[in-house]
Amino acid sequence: MTNAVNLASAAGTGFAFRNRIINGDMRIDQRNNGASVGTSSGTSGYSLDRWFYENSQTSKFTMQRNAGGVTPPSYFDNYLGVTSSSAYTVLASDYFHIGQRIEGVNVSDLGWGAIGALSVTLSFWVRSSLTGTFGGAIRNRLGTRSYPFTFTITNANTWEFKTVTIPGDTTGTWDKDSVSGLQLTFGIGTGSTYLAAAGSWAAGNYISATGATSVVGTNGATFYLTGVQLEVGSVATPFERRPYGQELALCQRYFCKSSSLNVVPVNGAAYATAGMFFSSVAGAYLTTAAYTPFMKFPVTMRTEPATITIYNTNLPSPSTAGQWSIFSPSGGVWYNCSVSVQSVTQEGWAAALAGSWGSSGGLPLYGAWAASAEL
Amino acid sequence: MEQYQQLRNEPMGDISVYVRRLSDNALINSKTNEEYLKWLAEGNTPLPPEDPTK
Repeated sequence: MTNAVNLASAAGTGFAFRNRIINGDMRIDQRNNGASVGTSSGTSGYSLDRWFYENSQTSKFTMQRNAGGVTPPSYFDNYLGVTSSSAYTVLASDYFHIGQRIEGVNVSDLGWGAIGALSVTLSFWVRSSLTGTFGGAIRNRLGTRSYPFTFTITNANTWEFKTVTIPGDTTGTWDKDSVSGLQLTFGIGTGSTYLAAAGSWAAGNYISATGATSVVGTNGATFYLTGVQLEVGSVATPFERRPYGQELALCQRYFCKSSSLNVVPVNGAAYATAGMFFSSVAGAYLTTAAYTPFMKFPVTMRTEPATITIYNTNLPSPSTAGQWSIFSPSGGVWYNCSVSVQSVTQEGWAAALAGSWGSSGGLPLYGAWAASAEL
Repeated sequence: MEQYQQLRNEPMGDISVYVRRLSDNALINSKTNEEYLKWLAEGNTPLPPEDPTK
């Protein structure tokens, strides 16, 4: 046991859940299973579990687990890869960044917003095709408190280990419940509106630090991350390796799905696609309306889901995107049925089905869903 | 422009907390989904639920 670990323990965090970052080693990718994510649909989204992007302009970069297929740093198997899609000159109001929002209940012990706020240390492995000064920030949910930081990448296309110690913020509002208690961002192209000097707390919404390199400014530029750890204290201790099942459960508090872990559901796939669709029996109390059984989430979710996405099979033909397949013994055919939420809790949900299938009673059902309660 | 439609809890007939996003039929929590709340704040309103008699 190292002195560093002892220090971490002495800081009051104990040895469990030292790392407040979830999926810091980029293992879990429920949404995409390693497929590339374009940043073309809206101004924010998720790639690997818990890792979000925000962009003021679409299609300037992609995100992908193990993008580029380079060898991760020793003792890691995965990384989060950002690849620039063009040579874009950021405007003052532009922002492009990736990061993670940490739930308030998982950082409330930092005591931020009051005298005695604890320092934290961020550590990570980074690799880029570019060299120079890069930046990021820690912010509160409201974007009224920010701590921009910098780090230097010395050698192109080489994994480098970085640490940044951040003093606890003794002022400002830091949420301590089940909303975003703290958000960590890595800037990959930030306009001057969202830049401030590194190394001190600022009252404002700053995403990165003055002087940071713009990754999106170079077509094909890469920015890879793994082993991201945020912990209490002023020392970066070894990356906390949690059991895979535990890390997955931590992720599923924010996103889960009915398909197998490494199966990404898609609309219109064959009903028998391995690991993609569930089968069940819907209780059709009318020939036009039915309930499903209550479908349990694998863990208690952060909140009742903000979004439940519905996926359809190839039954009947043609099937309808975002509907499920229900079988009627009257005529022996499959029908599309629209899906709505009949009841939902943090523990699971039941669907109400509507359509016209000509039979009542217990009817076979096929479909898939994904539920998001992300921060 | 994204469009949403209210849903009814059947057979009770009351309006569900969840609305349907018509572009992909996703079910959206009208109380917590930030994208939907922003859309509402822009002055938009969801379509009424389908008439069950039709």
